[in-house]
Amino acid sequence: MKVIILGCGRVGSTLARTMYKDGHNVTVVDLLSESFRRLGTKFKGQRVVGNGVDEDVLKRAGIETCDIFVAVTQGDNRNIMAAQIAQTVYNVPKVMTRINDPVRADAYRQHGIVTICGTTILSGLIRDYATTDEWALEKDYNRDYLTSNA
Amino acid sequence: MYIIIVGGGNVGYYLAKTLVKTDHEVLVLEKNRLIHRTISEELGEVVMQGDGCEVRIMEEAGAERADAIVAVTGDDEDNLVICQMAKMHFNVPRTIARVNDPRNEALFHRLGIDATVSSTKIIYNLIEQEIETDEVIPLAALRRGNIEIVEIEIGPKSPVLNRPIQQLPLPTDALVISVIRLDHGMLPTADTIFQVGDTAIALVTADKEHELRDVFAEAHG
Repeated sequence: MKVIILGCGRVGSTLARTMYKDGHNVTVVDLLSESFRRLGTKFKGQRVVGNGVDEDVLKRAGIETCDIFVAVTQGDNRNIMAAQIAQTVYNVPKVMTRINDPVRADAYRQHGIVTICGTTILSGLIRDYATTDEWALEKDYNRDYLTSNA
Repeated sequence: MYIIIVGGGNVGYYLAKTLVKTDHEVLVLEKNRLIHRTISEELGEVVMQGDGCEVRIMEEAGAERADAIVAVTGDDEDNLVICQMAKMHFNVPRTIARVNDPRNEALFHRLGIDATVSSTKIIYNLIEQEIETDEVIPLAALRRGNIEIVEIEIGPKSPVLNRPIQQLPLPTDALVISVIRLDHGMLPTADTIFQVGDTAIALVTADKEHELRDVFAEAHG
């Protein structure tokens, strides 16, 4: 599958590495070329420098033919705008966006955008572990991450 | 009307300064504490410090009863989200966004923003009007319907002189709506005849503009 990942921070670069290792055709977009250092040496996917809400940059990243578009930059609003461009203008089959503000995340989720809110997920996991000694996800995803580095 | 302006930069500041002189109720939201302090010294209580992208701040600002939200920050993505949240969360009837990259105008309309303003595009259009060598000068474009209002100077060599409007080979989607003669505007009839020095104002669909141009074009050389 052709995947575009917008934002090469901790989340974006980790996602890029694991999906690349799974055999996907991965393109990473970031404003700063030095962010691509986080991808390490094993990542052989495409790297595009540019602003993710600029349609020229998105076209260069191959948005017209991609199957999955993920927006995980630091900026909620940038993610929201990029996700809407991917979904509304380019009809990308699967679009996901990170929105850290729970209020905005909820509004856009209701508006039909697949939204992941790091704030509510983290606080939920912490609350579960603190009060019940169980957490749903952490172990498995951590193993995935460790094997992608091996 | 209660108008909330998000962004206290130059655009927001002068907009607020102009609006407070009218009967409208105005509030400017500025995120940056320093800028907030500077403009509130002059504008007083109509300035509030806070991030207009945050629903909590917009609630404090009274977005529920706002008649219009104007987002004029320097970032297009922020202006988009401010306007969309105003619509989705507060049902604000009218949202206006400043668009820094003119290519975003069409996108913003598609994503539900009522009106967009691009200073880049306005200045570009003015420059185009100033350096326009043709007789047909675009005055304004209507947002919907793809219709333009154009101005046409009638010179001494114009092919439309001495013939009533009904005999001119005007394209089907063009209408002469006014003739200005010696600073006096009049509504033309089918029998109106153009004179040298007249200015014609016409409505025309964008795709027929060049046909209209051909009708009025002076025989050069």
